[in-house]
Amino acid sequence: MAKKMTLHLRIWRQPNPHTPGKFVTYTIRDVSSDMSLLDLLDVLNEELIKKGEQPVEFDNDCREGICGMCGFLVNGVAHGPKRGRTACQQYLRDFKDGETITLEPFRAKAFPVIKDLVVDRSALDRIMAAGGYISVNTGSAPDANSIPIPKDIAEQAFDAAACIGCGACVAACPNASASLFVGAKIAHLALLPQGQPERIRRVLRMVEQMDKEGFGDCSNHGECEAVCPKNISIKHIAIMRREYLRALFCS
Amino acid sequence: MAAWPRSSVAKKFLNAIAGIGLFLFVVVHLLENLLLLTGNPDDYNRWAHFLESFGVGLRIVEIGLAAFFIAHIWSSLLVYWDKVKARPQGYRVYRTAGGTSRQTLSSRTMIYTGLVLLAFVIWHVITFRFGPYYPIMVDGVEMRDLHRLVVEVFNEPINVVLYVGVMVFLGLHLRHGFWSALQSLGAYHPRWTPLWYSGGVLIAGALAVGFVVIPLWVYLYL
Repeated sequence: MAKKMTLHLRIWRQPNPHTPGKFVTYTIRDVSSDMSLLDLLDVLNEELIKKGEQPVEFDNDCREGICGMCGFLVNGVAHGPKRGRTACQQYLRDFKDGETITLEPFRAKAFPVIKDLVVDRSALDRIMAAGGYISVNTGSAPDANSIPIPKDIAEQAFDAAACIGCGACVAACPNASASLFVGAKIAHLALLPQGQPERIRRVLRMVEQMDKEGFGDCSNHGECEAVCPKNISIKHIAIMRREYLRALFCS
Repeated sequence: MAAWPRSSVAKKFLNAIAGIGLFLFVVVHLLENLLLLTGNPDDYNRWAHFLESFGVGLRIVEIGLAAFFIAHIWSSLLVYWDKVKARPQGYRVYRTAGGTSRQTLSSRTMIYTGLVLLAFVIWHVITFRFGPYYPIMVDGVEMRDLHRLVVEVFNEPINVVLYVGVMVFLGLHLRHGFWSALQSLGAYHPRWTPLWYSGGVLIAGALAVGFVVIPLWVYLYL
């Protein structure tokens, strides 16, 4: 049963990358507990626009938890209180009536704040460009079953491929390491036959680019796995390390 | 390729290998020192004399051990420095999500517990390795009476308190360090990782308790 709630939002407001930001608290009354957190921000923004103030900027797209566009820290946890979900899939019923919810952007040197809750995650794209691809011939699509892949391998590759690149792993990591993201991408392609031609240089280049972007090193806190909306295991970080060792000895 | 020793992954390889080496040393060191509890001071002195009898061989092992310390400390400081640089502006509100997170007091304080252990090791080596030489005759052979030195040191309450305190830090350090070293080398297994994650707690606890018992025993009974 939906009920009416009053919530206080303590939001990081920063007009641009070069101006220091600060927290501003807003109160929103009589909202439905069935609304999502992003719906709540929409309501707030409507009010702010009516008052002639700048709306709160936040990234979002599909709002069904599959695109990887949204994300910020909700009360100190990337994406919010419910596990295995993106920020857009957090609902007000999981907060207490009258609660103050703190929203803070993902923080990392490699993720500079653009405005309010929006950060620049193009560092992840540059890591992908460094090696997160396979070589295929253009032309007509190959037959779906031309390369047989055992069921268990396909399953494992898909566990890794579930990564939507939201960057929550970096945000939650005490070291701001991108190892879970990079590990998932490396593992995904290393498991499949299509990923074999670039296998060795992929891991070397992606790790090199990850370091260049200024991400920290993985200290195995495992916090990334706990906030990952796709529940990607730190097994993939171990796979990245094995692939790296393999590359050192095979190249 | 030339940059691989400085890569984030290689740094952790180095840290883990050196860490495992130091862990094995700590295990052997505890077993050796349990000889203090046999009731016969000669047992301890005989073992120390036996090790000394290797001469140059023992010096090489000592230098190797020092190299493991330096590799472990150096790679740890690099990881810490990268961490500091990677998030110049911290969070106002931050907490662990719980669940499968392995983030604990132990994992978050590795650099601090490690630095305490470093200071301790320096003090420890000065006190014992380079401490006073008391000669004693055992089995007709003159050897160093290390047992007497240990008893002297641990009859000072302040030394016992410091030592016991530092062993708590050792336990904390190994509680995360044990499983983390394996994970850093890529040894993840869905069945074994939970086992050695939990096993690390027991092993860290057992080592800390073992090292706490020795000075207390010496203080109370010797």
